[in-house]
Amino acid sequence: MSRSLFEKVWEMHKIRKLPTGKDQIFIGLHLIHEVTSPQAFSMIRESGLKIPFPQNTFATVDHIVPTALQERPFQDGLAEKMMVAIENNTKEFGIRFFGFDTAKQGIVHVIGPELGLTLPGLTIACGDSHTSTHGAFGALAFGIGTTQIKDLLATQTLSLSKPKSRRINVHGNLGKGVYAKDVILAIIHKLGVNGGIGYCYEYNGDVLTQMSMEERMTICNMTIEGGARMGYVNPDQTTFDYLRGREYSPQGDEFKRAVEFWKSISSDKDATYNDVVNLDGAKMEPMVTWGINPGQAIGISENFPEVQSFKEEDRQTAEEAYKFMSFKPGKSVKGTSIDVAFIGSCTNGRLSDLREAAKIVKGRKAAKNVKALVVPGSQQVASAAEREGLDQVFTEAGFEWRKAGCSMCLAMNPDRLTGREICASSSNRNFKGRQGSPTGRTILMSPAMVAAAAIKGKVADVREFLD
Amino acid sequence: MKTKLKKTKAQKQGSDSPLDAMKIRTVSGRGIPLPGNDIDTDRIIPARFMKCITFDDLGQYAFYDARFGENGVKKEHPFNHPKYKEGTVLIVNRNFGCGSSREHAPQSLRRHGIRAIIGESFAEIFYDNCTAIGLPIMTSTRENVEGLMSLVKESPTTEVKIDLVKREASCGDFSIAIEQPDQTRKALTEGTWDSTAELLSSLEQIKAVAGKLPYMNGYQAGAKQ
Ligand code: SF4
Repeated sequence: MSRSLFEKVWEMHKIRKLPTGKDQIFIGLHLIHEVTSPQAFSMIRESGLKIPFPQNTFATVDHIVPTALQERPFQDGLAEKMMVAIENNTKEFGIRFFGFDTAKQGIVHVIGPELGLTLPGLTIACGDSHTSTHGAFGALAFGIGTTQIKDLLATQTLSLSKPKSRRINVHGNLGKGVYAKDVILAIIHKLGVNGGIGYCYEYNGDVLTQMSMEERMTICNMTIEGGARMGYVNPDQTTFDYLRGREYSPQGDEFKRAVEFWKSISSDKDATYNDVVNLDGAKMEPMVTWGINPGQAIGISENFPEVQSFKEEDRQTAEEAYKFMSFKPGKSVKGTSIDVAFIGSCTNGRLSDLREAAKIVKGRKAAKNVKALVVPGSQQVASAAEREGLDQVFTEAGFEWRKAGCSMCLAMNPDRLTGREICASSSNRNFKGRQGSPTGRTILMSPAMVAAAAIKGKVADVREFLD
Repeated sequence: MKTKLKKTKAQKQGSDSPLDAMKIRTVSGRGIPLPGNDIDTDRIIPARFMKCITFDDLGQYAFYDARFGENGVKKEHPFNHPKYKEGTVLIVNRNFGCGSSREHAPQSLRRHGIRAIIGESFAEIFYDNCTAIGLPIMTSTRENVEGLMSLVKESPTTEVKIDLVKREASCGDFSIAIEQPDQTRKALTEGTWDSTAELLSSLEQIKAVAGKLPYMNGYQAGAKQ
């Protein structure tokens, strides 16, 4: 019978059906960070549980790390306490920890792939909703809560309900200045922020098959913003080429055998899905958000939408969004003044993102009133960018070049908005207060669009910067 | 795959097993209506309060930025309203708990005193997190939820009574059907929502399945799908 990658990988990892009716699923890779794990380790310790598969578990630190001064102890005592906790927990339980001294630290969803830990055909879980990122490799990857982390540490399995499947095809070719970020914002806009609840997404179509791994990661990363817990792209030659030679990837003959296996788990040609959605990539333009969730997005050439243009059930959120953002329906989004520009996060903090932004920035200057910040997704991204001189390009243009971490994506470290500031941000969430100021405002866009906004001091169309 | 379903120790024991204390069949308490769609977990618990290594103190920070302005000035919010002070059954609209996977969100609600949540729909990870800590959440139609909200607004001292087994919730004479996936209802009403013991009971099977996974055995032949 023809099956999708989702069906194959799910069944392969199924231990049994539990008495509740849920499936017990083996998890091949468990990733850990400092914010959602300490309570789980305490539960393990208090219940006297053991960790049977420590070699399938890897940890790093990303959310709370300061990106300017990293001397220990951190100036923020609470951040230091969390850092010490993850260092001690991983040491006590024999889990590999990528701290600063390894030169491999970074946002958990950036380092998994770059180290070759993320592989096709794996089940991957992490106490973080953007674990969906790893689906770019043809893995089933999803976020879990802290009590589930306890389950996972103690058994290497989870109790899960099997989702339905939806295939999303993006056809055609993307226009100039249209990036993976714009594609996923367009998808979320079309299907709604709750449209994916209960689904696993397969992203397919010419646009996806032509994308690099980093672009696919951007797409899969924001799967959760559309309500779906996991989303993947079938592995292909692009995937295999990316993985060859990475530290934890299979090597030599084992790699050859692995490729055979990876090919075999791709969705069969006539696999069926519970739902299929088609989008035309050629019609997409650079996207920006205007509201308080990632579905409230429009094309850069559009005006802020009228509240009446929404379905009745969405009007209340639209009104709330306008009240919070202080934007006016009917006005053009282009030209909206910004105070801060943030390039980084697990959505768009990889080398190719920095390269695209640097192309826009090169030889130009950030507007005087804009505080502009580049935070590489990992130590490895930072050093690769520095080898190419990208740090120079940014600093010469008046951007700050920081050390790796989540930074202003969620502002658990010192990087945050103040007061009513508006931030053009390459991150993934424009929720109220997300960037650290309860009244601060976020406009999501691609890193190249953030660069363009930084230079103009207002929301701009990146296509005017490209020749 | 054929497997034998093994029972955990606790399940084998009779009716006065420790599991009884875990069974959640009914919940009653005053309601708190919290209208609005797409209320995300950043709003339920802002990230800065997650700088902690236990969940113990989170109750006070539930909806903090929606409840307090700068300098801690109280804002208009159901959690601040005296008439809902004793509320334990939270009533919400669509896609509640979207966004981050932080279990800090349900933990802070529970520590604030919330014992059940009724809504039009919930984000998936939030739903799982609530179930995993034995906080029952359930859905109903938009009409029912709106009806329940306005009833509680009018008569906040009338208790909302939830019966998970009968799949209904009532407030005075007003009664609505509530839905939960069968698996969730079973876990809550049979007291097996703390899944670790059940999962661990098949450790041998886990090891057997793991050993056959291509990436666990060097991608040896026969590993193809
Ligand atoms: S970069 Fe942002 S979204 Fe990604 S893991 Fe860090 S905080 Fe979460």
